[in-house]
Amino acid sequence: MIIAALEHEQVEVIFGYPGGAVLPLYDALYHAQIKHILTRHEQAAVHAADGYARVKGKPGVVFATSGPGATNLVTGIATAYMDSVPLVIITGQVATKLIGTDSFQEADITGITLPITKHNYLVGSIEELPVTLAEAFYIASTGRCGPVLIDIPKDVMEQEGTFCYERNREIPGYRPTYVGHPGQINRMVKAIKEARRPVIFAGGGVIRSGAAAELRELAIKCRIPVTLSLMSLGAFPGDNPLFLGMPGMHGMVAANFALTEADLIIALGARFDDRVTGKLEQFASEAKIIHVDIDPAEIGKNVPIDIPIVGDVKQVIRELLKRVQPGDTSDWLQRIEEWQARYPLSEGTAPSSGKLKPQFVIREINRLTGGKALITTDVGQHQMWVAQHYCFREPRTFLTSGGLGTMGYGFPAAIGAKLASPASTVICITGDGSFQMNIQELATVVCGNYDLKVVVLNNGCLGMVRQWQELFFEKRYSQSLLHGNPDFARVAEAFGATGLRVSTADEATAALEKALSVRGPVVIDCLIDPAENVYPMVAPNRPINEIITGRDLE
Amino acid sequence: MKHVLAILVENKSGVLARVAGLFSRRGFNIDSITVGETTEPGISRMTITLEGDEAVVEQVMKQLNKLINVLKVSNLSQEPAVMRELMLIKVRAEPHTRSDIQQIVETFRGKVVDVSLNSMIIEVTGNDEKLEAIVLLLQHYGIREIVRTGNIALLRGAKVTRENGEARRSKG
Ligand SMILES: Cc1ncc(C[n+]2csc(CCOP(=O)(O)OP(=O)(O)O)c2C)c(N)n1
Repeated sequence: MIIAALEHEQVEVIFGYPGGAVLPLYDALYHAQIKHILTRHEQAAVHAADGYARVKGKPGVVFATSGPGATNLVTGIATAYMDSVPLVIITGQVATKLIGTDSFQEADITGITLPITKHNYLVGSIEELPVTLAEAFYIASTGRCGPVLIDIPKDVMEQEGTFCYERNREIPGYRPTYVGHPGQINRMVKAIKEARRPVIFAGGGVIRSGAAAELRELAIKCRIPVTLSLMSLGAFPGDNPLFLGMPGMHGMVAANFALTEADLIIALGARFDDRVTGKLEQFASEAKIIHVDIDPAEIGKNVPIDIPIVGDVKQVIRELLKRVQPGDTSDWLQRIEEWQARYPLSEGTAPSSGKLKPQFVIREINRLTGGKALITTDVGQHQMWVAQHYCFREPRTFLTSGGLGTMGYGFPAAIGAKLASPASTVICITGDGSFQMNIQELATVVCGNYDLKVVVLNNGCLGMVRQWQELFFEKRYSQSLLHGNPDFARVAEAFGATGLRVSTADEATAALEKALSVRGPVVIDCLIDPAENVYPMVAPNRPINEIITGRDLE
Repeated sequence: MKHVLAILVENKSGVLARVAGLFSRRGFNIDSITVGETTEPGISRMTITLEGDEAVVEQVMKQLNKLINVLKVSNLSQEPAVMRELMLIKVRAEPHTRSDIQQIVETFRGKVVDVSLNSMIIEVTGNDEKLEAIVLLLQHYGIREIVRTGNIALLRGAKVTRENGEARRSKG
């Protein structure tokens, strides 16, 4: 019955891991047409489904068993929840009569995931099952997307029932608002016309709602510069002159200055995370703020809003484009150009030292792929360097854990991305710390012979932690140096993938060229300058125009 | 400021945990919470009293609305409403103080529901101020234990709190 429901939802692939409580489910899968990817850890199954969903724009599906299988999912579910990724997760549960008795492999997974799912269910009987599955897909993939978990006791899985499936059925307590209030949109039109120093600040919502084309049209028509949060890189072409780069803690100087001095901020599907706003009291103190978001609870949550608009970003911009008139932004654009010229992105300290620079490696990946690859990252310095130095041009080409900041996300997410878009070049850019959090997935990629590449920016340390310790804890490198790292190329070889190890710029270029020319999984272990830091940087809880550029530290 | 929220929820298992969990997770404080059935099968009504400024309450209401099992949230403190709470007070009562206590209870239109050699249980309903007032008076005799139900509230007049749409006029 579950498999039939998945077929109705046109699910093509399931990511999962079997166990006692889901034996009936896996038995039903045995003869089914749906592809199942066996990851080597349940956490990786969720991340892979998440990567699949971010690329495909439809729910990723996960299976796991009760107890430890289910609890292993938690980090992945929280990651998807924070980044509003649609997932439907099906866990097995111990038999109904055993629930609550601390029986073998029992965990209250609906209780555990209550705060990290959009909704969850413990199914009481076979009759509830089709309705629950239909609701789960509907809830996960509409409104503000998110993970939905369905916990199914083993005895319910074994029952027979009549299957009656109704997609997208109405749910009484769930009615997302898609259409923006016309009066508010009129106010938005007026504000844009009057603004002299406007900035568009777009977030992940723009990608989720498929509004990249509308965003581009709006920015170009009204001559408004655009800054994109980490979650929305690719939603606006990185090589367009109106693009300011990412704002915030490791954002571009021009983006942070522009937000600080703007008289109008048009926030689209963004949630004003503290990594973007810095010290809230001093954030955009001169600006009127328009906030368009599908989730009413995001509006006014962190920053007071002058023109709130609840709705789907795509629909709201479409409506807006019918009426909007550009204001005079020429002086402002010139000002921004000056900032951009004065504060270019640093390509690393002492680039002539002969040491391999992470920035160089990322720029080479960008050059060799024409910026057309699907990039995933883990969390740390390498993540920020990718955000800064890779030029994303299209939405859904950059997958990273923005909200939760989950190390271990990137590699399994790349597996999901590859399955969602087999024709794309998929590259996971990771750190030596993060890669080891889900390195077992080498077995999964070798098994499926997936054509994906892993570039390990290996600095022998938990780089981002080391950077904070250097800057804010007087270089006391407490537990941030990774002594005893393996040779990642040889690890890859041991799993049956291709492994390469490089320590100079020339070697890196050659290895990247080679990796991109062969099919199948390749791991490139790049021994980079361990002292390299991410700049620009704004210290935590400081206003975002107080920037450490790195150059003053040289 | 004190706010009283009326929340209509689907009567499904775990719904109380969802609502209560949301409060603790987001650092909102609940003064009191009550739950009971409504005239409609499958739908329960919660009344939550909380302290907080406008921004906090707005955020609470928006977050509650996001819960799938929540059908309707309204803030009754913005409109004229009848609010009541029931309290049981066990008070020290020696033979010579009993009649004094009895008098206080009558003034507050309460009831004595249990008497023993040196204590009484008093039942009283009312709004916050009234309950606080009687507690203050009875403290003089020595209060041993108090239990309160938490606030419940209804809008005054013919207006009702219903699912879908704003609170609207009933046909009657
Ligand atoms: C699961 C998890 N644990 C801990 C952290 C805290 N953390 C953030 S960045 C970082 C260092 C990451 O090191 P590495 O993967 O080597 O990347 P680098 O910063 O060196 O590029 C750590 C430990 C995290 N984000 N996620």
